[in-house]
Amino acid sequence: MKINRTEVADTFAEAFGMWGARVVITADTKSWARAAAQSMTGFATSVIRCKCEAAVESEIPETDTPDLRPGISVLLFAMSEKDMSDRLVERVGQCVMTCPTTACYNGLEAEQKVPVGQRLRFFGDGHQIAKVVAGRRLWRIPIMGGEFLVDDVFGIQPTIGGGNLLMLGASRQVALRAATGAVEAMRDVAGVFLPFPQGVVGSGSKVGSRYKGMIASTNEAYCPTLRGRVEHSELPEGIVAVYEVVANGLDEASLRDALRRGIHAAAERGVDVISAGNYGGTLGQYKFHLHELLGDAP
Amino acid sequence: MSMHTELQLVTAPEVPLEAECLSPARLAGLSQSGIERLTVMHGNREAHVGDFFKVIGNGQPLLHLEGDLSRVKYIGHRMADGEVRVDGSAGMHLGAGMSGGLIHVSGDAADWVGPEMSGGRIVVMGNAGHMVGSAYRGQSVGIQGGEILIHGNVKNELGSAMRRGLIAVGGQAGDYAGVNMRAGTIVVMGGMGIRPGAGMLRGSIVSFQPVELLPSFTYACWMRPVFLRFYLCHLGQSGFEIGDDHMGGRYRRYCGDSIEENRGEILVFDSR
Repeated sequence: MKINRTEVADTFAEAFGMWGARVVITADTKSWARAAAQSMTGFATSVIRCKCEAAVESEIPETDTPDLRPGISVLLFAMSEKDMSDRLVERVGQCVMTCPTTACYNGLEAEQKVPVGQRLRFFGDGHQIAKVVAGRRLWRIPIMGGEFLVDDVFGIQPTIGGGNLLMLGASRQVALRAATGAVEAMRDVAGVFLPFPQGVVGSGSKVGSRYKGMIASTNEAYCPTLRGRVEHSELPEGIVAVYEVVANGLDEASLRDALRRGIHAAAERGVDVISAGNYGGTLGQYKFHLHELLGDAP
Repeated sequence: MSMHTELQLVTAPEVPLEAECLSPARLAGLSQSGIERLTVMHGNREAHVGDFFKVIGNGQPLLHLEGDLSRVKYIGHRMADGEVRVDGSAGMHLGAGMSGGLIHVSGDAADWVGPEMSGGRIVVMGNAGHMVGSAYRGQSVGIQGGEILIHGNVKNELGSAMRRGLIAVGGQAGDYAGVNMRAGTIVVMGGMGIRPGAGMLRGSIVSFQPVELLPSFTYACWMRPVFLRFYLCHLGQSGFEIGDDHMGGRYRRYCGDSIEENRGEILVFDSR
């Protein structure tokens, strides 16, 4: 299938189930809220080594935050419920609480909840104070800058990680322009985030390795320099760079929408081929067929 | 079919009427005549609901009471859900032992609003008497949850020995607000009398007006408490007028009561 001069491969993106939370960070100024969000979402590109994936979802106007201060919404995904609690405690504790003037709230209404403030409160060393308002329990932890306010529990829900598109280009510039264009379009979808640097992956991986202990290694089938050396290269002649765009979503519908927008945006920028990464359908619970995505209503 | 049961006071009681049956759960499933036959205590004499009230409808989750019920005690007694709306004033022990649901009074309420309450919400649009949200005499713990929102003034010993929950007063409070408080939050917008927080262990008392404190409270610092914004947003959504100055303003924090655990706080709005 072609969109203008761009070939859209007849393949599918394979994605898998994760758990996700939405964290709302507020601060006295937008700048401090951003600083906390930036710190919290640092080193959170892939669960392979970072233990979680996270990124800023959107900025929230002060009229819409729980304490009427400037806010930022962050999405954080991990592989299990236990992981979610651990990662949230680590990142809220080390990145948000340490950032001046911040407070941190649960931003996801969900049946399942994990303790966050409930565990972080011990930092108060006995001086912490619980407050319950409108059925919501908050912890006031005294800190050197005043007080840090955090929700007792955060809602988590099953989510989808690893939705992806591959941009195959006859030059780096072409592939990268398409990838960044796709990222821009996909970021507009609420509930979707792209955890890699500026949303683009320069070193996509496959599962496993010839080396013991490596759970992932370079995806040689898409490495231009190995075309001619590996047995099953997926690259047509003339392709010199492949960039991957990875997207995670709170639900299937929003992720489908983001991938569809990404394909159109990349095609508009004239990339040679748009493909997707999969493991033959054996690993993930979700398959997003590119041709089917293009049939979805915008 | 009407979704509420209406009781109109047609014969004013000459002495206080103890009407513990006036709560949605007690009326549930009863016919009109069944409600009329429910027992109430008129002074020390047994009487029936039908002797004082005209009953319209049968037992529904919304109970609508109409008239001057300032001598009718125990409205909403031990209610766990449903709703009671009093179009007029309510007598003593309103919502005693309540654990859920809503009681809304358009007029005033007498003493002892919400004693031994553990959940739910009581809203009084007018004034209330002494001992709002307080422990009964001889009890060490007052309300253990829920919200009491009084838009007018209250008298003495507001939230005495309260352990959890929120009490907000739009007007003034009398003496000893938050006396012996265990925890929870009291917000008073119109000033309060002497000795607030006397004997408090933990908890927060917030005053929008200057207040004379006991010497056993120590000034800590001024602050712009973020948690308070949370409460004030909630109160704003509940019909209180909260100005931007109070929302984002400075509060002087006092720790006390040092004759107890010294873990309580009184936050006094600082208009500077």
